[in-house]
Amino acid sequence: MGKRVILGAVAILLVIAAAYASFYVAPEERTMGVLQRIFYFHVASAWAGMDAFLLCFIANLLYVWKRGQKYDWLGVSSAEVGLVLTTVVLITGPIWAKPAWGIYWTWDARLTSTFVLWLLYVSYLLLRTLIEEPERRALLSALFGIFAFIDVPLVFFSIRWWRTQHPAPVIMGGPGSGLDPTMNKVFLFSVLAMHVLAAFLIVERYMLEKMRSEVDILRREAEAQ
Amino acid sequence: MSLFSNTAILLGKELRTEFRSRELLTTTAVFILIVLVLFSFAINPGTEEARQFAPGLLWLAILFASSLMFQSCFLREQTNDTLSSLRLAVSDPFAIFLAKLIANTLFLLMTELLMLPFFAIFYNIPLWSKLPVLILVLFVGSLGISIAGTAISAISAQARMRELLLPLLLLPLLTPVLVVSSLVTGSLLDRDPIVQWKGIGFLAVFDLIFLTALWLFGEYLLEE
Repeated sequence: MGKRVILGAVAILLVIAAAYASFYVAPEERTMGVLQRIFYFHVASAWAGMDAFLLCFIANLLYVWKRGQKYDWLGVSSAEVGLVLTTVVLITGPIWAKPAWGIYWTWDARLTSTFVLWLLYVSYLLLRTLIEEPERRALLSALFGIFAFIDVPLVFFSIRWWRTQHPAPVIMGGPGSGLDPTMNKVFLFSVLAMHVLAAFLIVERYMLEKMRSEVDILRREAEAQ
Repeated sequence: MSLFSNTAILLGKELRTEFRSRELLTTTAVFILIVLVLFSFAINPGTEEARQFAPGLLWLAILFASSLMFQSCFLREQTNDTLSSLRLAVSDPFAIFLAKLIANTLFLLMTELLMLPFFAIFYNIPLWSKLPVLILVLFVGSLGISIAGTAISAISAQARMRELLLPLLLLPLLTPVLVVSSLVTGSLLDRDPIVQWKGIGFLAVFDLIFLTALWLFGEYLLEE
């Protein structure tokens, strides 16, 4: 219990510090001004969300291979947290895009593949609600999770190569595109903060899922008697 | 070697079951026809717009039709309780998938070929000269749809609300196929037609990746 509280406190402090840094420490961007500051949260959430889905994929593979219940718990926890973070990305993106591009949404490669990614994991979680038997649910959702994750690069490249009319928007790209050193530090700090937050949420969700399955077993035993 | 002979026997079974009633083929063909007609009401295309939209509409209709068609793929085995005997009969459960996905590809291709003349007439698009390449595109696209669809229908058949669940799981997964095949078909049916070999190659890569995934994980999909 103690460890989880500490992790939660650290996560919250880090997110607050990242918010402070992105507003007061990072220098103002020349052309976009204050608007650019959403980038620290937007991209950091995107990275943390992608890593959560990667964790989900690994958990899915481990479940199919080793069949431990804990892998199923880890799979659903990281998928849910990844979905929340991707939702943050999909909300902060249009907030930034409206003043910057003049539109909320464009069917560009990155936006579209993020949206399809989001849809795939919504389907993953939906599938889980529609199978009663715990072991079957774990196995089938793990398999769908594997197919979904394999699909993600295919979605990205198909849209990138054939659908994007204009070059990918340069949202001041990754670290390679010449970020100001202070900006870079703030950005990496935000990435760290979002990852710690994601880790905290995944741990909490994992414990919840574990409790749920224990309650489920107890209920079955009680019904059997 | 037994994989191929098993697949051939199972494929024979799939085809026999279907051609006894031809239920799937007729319903799917009529469904595609309805969708094509409804689309033309919804967007009321002139000749130029038709050229622009029609390939996408065609593939969207195929995608929706496939998500109806694949419903019965594993459900039929379940209602007749034949899946466990199938599993006992073959040494490699991949043969079951292989037979089903080949059958699904064939059914899908047949309905597509049946619908192509209507498509050409309704949307006023001359197809004849491009037919060989078009069939190639239809083949690699439909193969991808069938591979993913067969895998997903094995999942959805074991869940509640399966009729709704299959399109929900399958359609987002097929985004790459829809994007690429409608673009390739589009540039093929353009005024200055181009064969986008890169796109056809991409579809083949999609097929290969999902076939490998099905080969690796297929047996777990059928676990009792």
